[in-house]
Amino acid sequence: MSGVEIFGGWVAAFLTLAIFSYLYKDNPFYKIAEHIFVGVSAGYWTSMFFWTQIQPNLFGRLWPKMDPATMNSGFMKIWYGIYNVLGAIFPAVFPDGGIDKGHGMHLIYLIPFILGIMMLLSISSKLSWFARWGIAYTVGMAAGLRAYGFLNSNVIGQIKGSAVQFLGGLPFFNLLGDSIFNSLIIVVGTISGLIYFYFSKEHTGALGKIGRLGIYFLMISFGASFGFAVMGRISLLIGRFIDLIDYSKASYHHATIWILVLMVALLGYSAFKDRQKPTAPEAEV
Amino acid sequence: MKDRQFWTVTAGLALVFIVYWFLGHPIFKTDRIVMFFAVVLMIGTLIYYIRMAERGDQIFLRTIPGLKAIEEAVGRSTEMGKEVLYVPGIMDMDQVETVAGVIILGYVARMTSRYETPLNVPVSRSIVMKAARESCKESYLLEGRPDLFHEDMVHYLTDDQFAYAAGVNGIMNREKPAACLYMGKFYAESLILAETGNSIGAIQIAGTASPAQIPFFVTACDYTLIGEEFFAASAYLSQKPELIGGVKGQDMLKVVIISAIILATIFRFLHELGWVGWNVLDFLTIQ
Repeated sequence: MSGVEIFGGWVAAFLTLAIFSYLYKDNPFYKIAEHIFVGVSAGYWTSMFFWTQIQPNLFGRLWPKMDPATMNSGFMKIWYGIYNVLGAIFPAVFPDGGIDKGHGMHLIYLIPFILGIMMLLSISSKLSWFARWGIAYTVGMAAGLRAYGFLNSNVIGQIKGSAVQFLGGLPFFNLLGDSIFNSLIIVVGTISGLIYFYFSKEHTGALGKIGRLGIYFLMISFGASFGFAVMGRISLLIGRFIDLIDYSKASYHHATIWILVLMVALLGYSAFKDRQKPTAPEAEV
Repeated sequence: MKDRQFWTVTAGLALVFIVYWFLGHPIFKTDRIVMFFAVVLMIGTLIYYIRMAERGDQIFLRTIPGLKAIEEAVGRSTEMGKEVLYVPGIMDMDQVETVAGVIILGYVARMTSRYETPLNVPVSRSIVMKAARESCKESYLLEGRPDLFHEDMVHYLTDDQFAYAAGVNGIMNREKPAACLYMGKFYAESLILAETGNSIGAIQIAGTASPAQIPFFVTACDYTLIGEEFFAASAYLSQKPELIGGVKGQDMLKVVIISAIILATIFRFLHELGWVGWNVLDFLTIQ
């Protein structure tokens, strides 16, 4: 095993145990891990977004690899002239001959490019209002785009799925598979759930009782979902423990054990010193 | 039939569509006609009730218990001289929950400016940061306290889900806010945030439409706005006619959906008996 791999194991073991140390209380180890995590991820995502989205998908469509057959027009000469100027300043982003990411030229991408610049203008207090255009575009575009999908799956799909099958050889009751009883439960649960979320009438009388039934259905489904998610989290925890066990082996020079012992010793010493400190008198109210 | 203009335009459009249909309806995908009528019905209902609200007609919205709690939470923070922590979820402005979360943030910011209570809004997306800042700035201006607004009250942490959760946990532990509000789209970080808020003794109110995360908020928070309660809350708090009308319109659509479920069941049964040749399941299948 290489030195880099061993070092990586020590770092991973330290960061895992530092995060786990939060179970004791907020402490310097947790703070170190937290700040590294936040800082590294912020930098990582910024870099990732730029090199996986902006450079290939935006600039790659505005200035794709030059095609000699189309380079004679005046517009293309000016367009790639701008590119060459940018390339002289940022050669890694704008390499010679255009960006070869398999895209053709799509000048429609000037719209997101301009919206992106508008977002950046928020650094100027006088021009910050430009950023609202980008926000408005994002919200409006998403609302329109998702409306169709939601209507298809969550409304029409739900109506179709709730239509009970009474005939066709389906058993009346079946614990594990399709049955008329299960279908009826779904219909009653869907309708009572919808009535619980009816806001323009006070929930009294029959409406209140059906709404109450709806919230019972919701709570049962939340309980099942909770149990399912907790099981998933336990499997993640087991994954971390397996890694910690791996790092405690001789090939990693018992990284987990050394770090754990050091952390417990330092936290114990810190707790001992804190206990010796005089406590501040309670402020009089 | 109060809104004569609406009905006139609707009748005109219906007439145009009938003429278009009998002319052979070019470029119309007939196998998606159910979706077409569903979209028309949804848009028409929402526009009708939004116009009704804009005209000033009274629209009743029942009270949602969690809403009253938001005011209590801000009041508690004020009394304790501690800040209010507002988490608008981890997703971007293309999620409707985030939009609703930013609307509710505006209402919370109005209260914090009125009571001179510090507000802390860590965000995980750049566009959300901009939108949240605009919302807070507007609220502080409306309350006549622009002096209390500072851009750092809405600050970016990171895009990464669990790094963001770790960062918010750190803020909770060090700043010890008296109230933690989680309003937006959440994933697996929901329980981490809510458990930490619980451990510092903060009053916690959550609102989300993420079905898998509601159980965690219900378990660890004092109040939870479940699913559509969350969207209704943003309308209720903002008192904007277009949002209140939208809630009323959605209620009417729920009545339509309930009727459609019952009718679909009846028609399926009749088809299974062989009394009706038309299969409702084929009709509801979108190609």
